[in-house]
Amino acid sequence: MMKKLLLALLFAPLIACASEGELHLDHAPDKLTDQAALQNGAKLFVNYCLNCHSASAMRYNRLQGIGLTDQQIKDNLMFTADKVGELMTIAMRRDEAKQWFGVPPPDLSLEARARASEAGSGADWLYTYLRGFYRDDSRPSGWNNLVFANVAMPHALWQLQGEQVMGADHKLKLAKPGKMTPAEYDAAVGDLVAYLQYMGEPSAQTRKQLGVYVLLFLAAFFVLTYALKREFWKDVH
Amino acid sequence: MAAKMQGLVDWVDERFPLTSSWKAHLAEYYAPKNFNFWYFFGSLALLVLVNQIVTGIFLTMQYKPDASLNSSGVPVAFASVEYIMRDVPWGWLIRYMHSTGASAFFIVVYLHMFRGLLYGSHRKPRELVWIFGMLIFLCLMAEAFFGYLLPWGQMSFWGAQVIVNMFSAIPFIGPDLSLWLRGDFVVGDATLNRFFAFHVIAIPLVLLGLVVAHVIALHEVGSNNPDGIEIKKHKDNKGIPLDGIPFHPYYTVKDIVGVVVFLIVFSAVIFFMPEGGGYFLESNNFIQANPLQTPPHIAPVWYFTPYYSVLRSITYPLFGLEAKFWGVLGMGAAVVIFFFLPWLDRSPVKSIRYKGPIFKTALGLFVTVFLILGYLGMQPPTPARLMLSQACAVIYFAFFLLMPVYSKLDKCRPEPERVTG
Repeated sequence: MMKKLLLALLFAPLIACASEGELHLDHAPDKLTDQAALQNGAKLFVNYCLNCHSASAMRYNRLQGIGLTDQQIKDNLMFTADKVGELMTIAMRRDEAKQWFGVPPPDLSLEARARASEAGSGADWLYTYLRGFYRDDSRPSGWNNLVFANVAMPHALWQLQGEQVMGADHKLKLAKPGKMTPAEYDAAVGDLVAYLQYMGEPSAQTRKQLGVYVLLFLAAFFVLTYALKREFWKDVH
Repeated sequence: MAAKMQGLVDWVDERFPLTSSWKAHLAEYYAPKNFNFWYFFGSLALLVLVNQIVTGIFLTMQYKPDASLNSSGVPVAFASVEYIMRDVPWGWLIRYMHSTGASAFFIVVYLHMFRGLLYGSHRKPRELVWIFGMLIFLCLMAEAFFGYLLPWGQMSFWGAQVIVNMFSAIPFIGPDLSLWLRGDFVVGDATLNRFFAFHVIAIPLVLLGLVVAHVIALHEVGSNNPDGIEIKKHKDNKGIPLDGIPFHPYYTVKDIVGVVVFLIVFSAVIFFMPEGGGYFLESNNFIQANPLQTPPHIAPVWYFTPYYSVLRSITYPLFGLEAKFWGVLGMGAAVVIFFFLPWLDRSPVKSIRYKGPIFKTALGLFVTVFLILGYLGMQPPTPARLMLSQACAVIYFAFFLLMPVYSKLDKCRPEPERVTG
């Protein structure tokens, strides 16, 4: 009995880890420190996403964090808001949106953080998702998606990517080219995803930079406190 | 100046036991001199408690327990957390300190409890120290559960929904009880507001009282040590234990080193991986609560998963009562059974150092099973995982229920007279 239990425990990790057919996600490029990419991503976001999706936790002036001045933000990225301190809200009403799409388009402030899973980071999911649209006439919108089956959203970037179709081998093929070559499109989506990551947590860079100093201080403080302890404990035998 | 200070202290001492309390609990509280690594976690638990209270106070100043939707269709509570993360100066730091602190609290307390198991710290005369400690642990679980609803994300909402629904499995009163707890037919604004009240006032109040009782009970009987022997048996002519050293300054300076090491790990999480790999902040909780959309997989936060696994492992109805009821009972028993440890261990020695191979194997097996159950509780169930969790649950309870037998059978070595360092 005991031996059997021990044997079962030995193989436990194998049973526990045996996983179901997992989603394969492409790895998103890391562009979080690339300001040009982040700015291009912001431009794409404001032009292609912010009409239907809000980002109601994000203020326009938070784009200062990706190297833009208030004037640049005002001149290039604000179509509906008046002041740079305003939130990225949209004019579309939620009840109407629900009628049009079946579900109101979700707020995208935290999308990059919400999509993280065991299959990959939220950025990986978005990067694969935005490159995974294909033509499907059985869907009301005419579009379907590789990682988000029967998605309600039509392919908002189709003019840039062109039209993909699902091949017999379950791989996507470009049937009609768009304004961009596949390589250009992948790079543009990479920029957009990087921006969505930035928007998910605008203080992330500050956090990491500050963290280095905090850890350096604590390391030095450790030496001090350890020396203090040794000094006090000299007479304990 | 020094004379004036002394005058002030004397003035207070005539009205309040200041100097005598300082002496009784710090300067002349004699702790065994052979504390090791495992003895850091008591003071660390206190540190994390203070961290949670202080950061919690500042979070309350900006957080809004309001489930109604704002003009963008985002629940006010959910939006207020993001307001803290983005618009409140240093809000992100305070929020991450609080969210990471919740997980750190459980890590520290689990290690603190494991220390008790290792060295028999729960045994006579420290039964009440252990019981107060277990009550603290129960409060901590309640505090974490109530607090987890507040960000009003998908996991907050559905986690609370699942847990409150468990009460409906209780025969006769169950459905009414869960309705009474929620304050509504679904988890909603009423639930959020009462959970907020419990999280910021009711539970912390009880928790603080219990922490005081835990420390007073400990200082009444004195600390145990890795040898599991009483240092009070050997005193010098002034009545001071020969193997004891004053808590202050010896253990205050030593605990500060422990605090710094803890802060290094704590800060590494806060600044470089605040989601804790999805275990401390679950990605699903970055999605606002949606009562109409059940997530495909609802898992509790990691510190509840061992007990949740026990709940899920019970799948048979019994005596005409549904399996869910027995699962809830099993889960409750998995926690409550810890209370009885002081009376379950019949070994002639306290410390694992002098216990025999049977206890060592049993404890090793228990820790393994606890970790496996914890892992399984986070995973979606499969038939193989179910069988594994059932086997683990049996071993889990056997560790406690068979302890009176195997702890007596064990071949122990004699305890030393004095501590061995």
